[in-house]
Amino acid sequence: MDTSELQALVRSCIADPTLTYRQRVQALALLAENVLDPPPVGAACRRAQAEGVVHDMGEGNAPYRPRYVLPDYAAALAAGSARLELDAPRTLEQALDFLLAMYAAVPSITGYPVYLGDLDRLLERFAADRSEADLDDALARFWRLVDRFFPDAFVHADLGPDDGRVVRALLRVDQGLRQIVPNLTLRVDPERTPDDLLRLAVATTCADGKPHYVNHPMMCADLGDRYGVVSCYNSLPLGGGAHSLVRLNLAAAVRTAGVPLSQWLDEVLPETVAVTAELLESRIRHLVERARFFEHDWLARERWIGLDRFTAMFGFHGLAEAVELLGGGRYGLDGDATVIGHSIVARLAELVGQTPVPYCEATGGHPLLHAQSGIDSDVGVTAGARIRVGCEPPLYQHIRAVAPNHRHVPAGISDVFRFEPTVAENPDAVVAVLRGAMAEGMRDVTFDVVGNGFVRITGFLVREADLPTVVAGESVRHSSTVLGARTIPNQHLADRVVKTVRSTVDESVVTR
Amino acid sequence: MSHRVVSRTRGRVTGAVPFSAVDGTGNRYVIFLQGCGFDCLTCHNPATIPLQPRWMEQVTAAETIAPVVESARFLTGVTIGGGEPTVQSEFVEALLAGLAEQPATAHLTRFLDSNGDAPREVWRRLTPLLHGVMLDLKALDDERHLVLTGQSNRRVLEALDTLAAAERLEEVRLLLVPGLNDDDAQLTRTARYLTEHAPGVRIRVNAYRRHGTRACARFLLEVKDADRERYRAVLGDTGLTNLVVA
Repeated sequence: MDTSELQALVRSCIADPTLTYRQRVQALALLAENVLDPPPVGAACRRAQAEGVVHDMGEGNAPYRPRYVLPDYAAALAAGSARLELDAPRTLEQALDFLLAMYAAVPSITGYPVYLGDLDRLLERFAADRSEADLDDALARFWRLVDRFFPDAFVHADLGPDDGRVVRALLRVDQGLRQIVPNLTLRVDPERTPDDLLRLAVATTCADGKPHYVNHPMMCADLGDRYGVVSCYNSLPLGGGAHSLVRLNLAAAVRTAGVPLSQWLDEVLPETVAVTAELLESRIRHLVERARFFEHDWLARERWIGLDRFTAMFGFHGLAEAVELLGGGRYGLDGDATVIGHSIVARLAELVGQTPVPYCEATGGHPLLHAQSGIDSDVGVTAGARIRVGCEPPLYQHIRAVAPNHRHVPAGISDVFRFEPTVAENPDAVVAVLRGAMAEGMRDVTFDVVGNGFVRITGFLVREADLPTVVAGESVRHSSTVLGARTIPNQHLADRVVKTVRSTVDESVVTR
Repeated sequence: MSHRVVSRTRGRVTGAVPFSAVDGTGNRYVIFLQGCGFDCLTCHNPATIPLQPRWMEQVTAAETIAPVVESARFLTGVTIGGGEPTVQSEFVEALLAGLAEQPATAHLTRFLDSNGDAPREVWRRLTPLLHGVMLDLKALDDERHLVLTGQSNRRVLEALDTLAAAERLEEVRLLLVPGLNDDDAQLTRTARYLTEHAPGVRIRVNAYRRHGTRACARFLLEVKDADRERYRAVLGDTGLTNLVVA
């Protein structure tokens, strides 16, 4: 890029009416970063990027902060922070102030913290002597400030798996405020999480699209109990995170190779995994060795994060199209095609598990596989390992088709089930489906309820009411809403099949 | 009931819905049985009324519940409706026994969606196999009941008492049709009756909708929001506490 070209981009950015002041600062920083050449990779990796097989997720050419940072907030709250000039909090208000101060100093790609901590565990001890009304007031104030300070729907908080006063208060507050920030995950342990808490969570999902549900025992088996779910359902080691996320487009990898299934699995996929890992490695080396993030950043210096708790995310998408291109038929609908899809994911997991990547000690020296749920510019390629939008089969068939993939994807995978609004009157129905889906082996379960005013994009939410402002070319507070507005038409999200909950005989499966 | 009976008893099944959030608590598998002894003006599934349509083959209870076994881990329970399930009471008994006996489905709650028009003897056989009945009361006044259904409500009111005494009354449903069974006096009498005969039981008001009904029902008025308000007020004032107006 020559200087005049760069100047033109800077000029258009500083006067872009679709961007807020902060969004302009963020865009200018990316322009500056991209003046540098990206970290070096070999010719095959460059070719794979040019062909759209491998993608760097627009993280920027000169990685200087990890993509996903999960500070150990519990340790910080217990010890206090010299950098923040805050002692260990003794009251709920002090704890909430401490957290807000800490969030503001957590780096990420979006400029906002992607992880707010497992809030009920962090705050329960401060809630003991508070009345319910008092607790709701304090947490509602905190929730509003989180949304106003960090207006980005990738900002994510975790709850559960145990019942408690804080988890219930936060779900109540979330229902009342109807914000898209923070995004929420409820960890579910079928043995520990009571139905009553699940009912409250499901009622919240019906009201505002949150929380998402993660299978806690399955996560503990893969990452240990010190893990967090951040951003768009990315599960990562707590006290660390992910240096980077790069993504492999399976559909493009099939299209460019043009070989039959067995040859593709045996020859093409290993090469493609290798070049994807090469891109990860070059970016991680830049972050750790060149930008020397872990030597400089305050979170590392105060030990709220440690390099030994970091990994990298190996994302993939376009499984549905890859299966079709390999002549397998319709993934998720035709039995044979679905089995081919499972075998691709299993093979991919095996290869990724054997691929060493530096500075991934937290996960055995290799990256974690992640079914990446898309970005705004994706067209004609289905998110992660999802079934094509608009073709999703009936509920149980849908669950059974996708569940076998979940055990291979420890860093998160999301399949969205869209329900009719009447389901809100009977949350027990959703609780039963949720428990069944987890028993079937699902790691992540996401519900989308029609007509509540929220649309789930990849994993984050947008408020329908904000979309006309984006369409009119004006700025909106949440940077993620701009991405969402582009994704809805590109991914045909309005066409997601709704799981009918009415029962009239004319809609029944006639058995005669 | 032996496995042989479950695999041999045959019935007429109109269809099934593997996932329903509107046929009782939780996620339910719904089995619709063919045939009904009432001929309701308001029926929105009139094709299910004939007892023995020539095109319909009989299937065994075991065949009917096989798909429930497959999806049992996603379910809270099973609801058998229709038509009117009790017109095939032996088949219903076989279905319920089969569900209760199979380890994969034994944990599921078993509900019946019924108009209540069955002899005491049928309820005596079915009640031990059931967790609950969602009972339709089309009208408390017998003369109105005849107009709406073509039959007396004598057995319906008997069933209501039997099921309430056995603690198997999951819900009573009132299908209200403007001008036919929704005047204040009838609502008040109905509320008093239910307070006495089914204390604490959930009462659900279903508002009449024209969708799916026959030509003979076209003259009936649909329920409006103002009617719903009045139902809530009149029924609530008369002491029904567990009231849902849909």
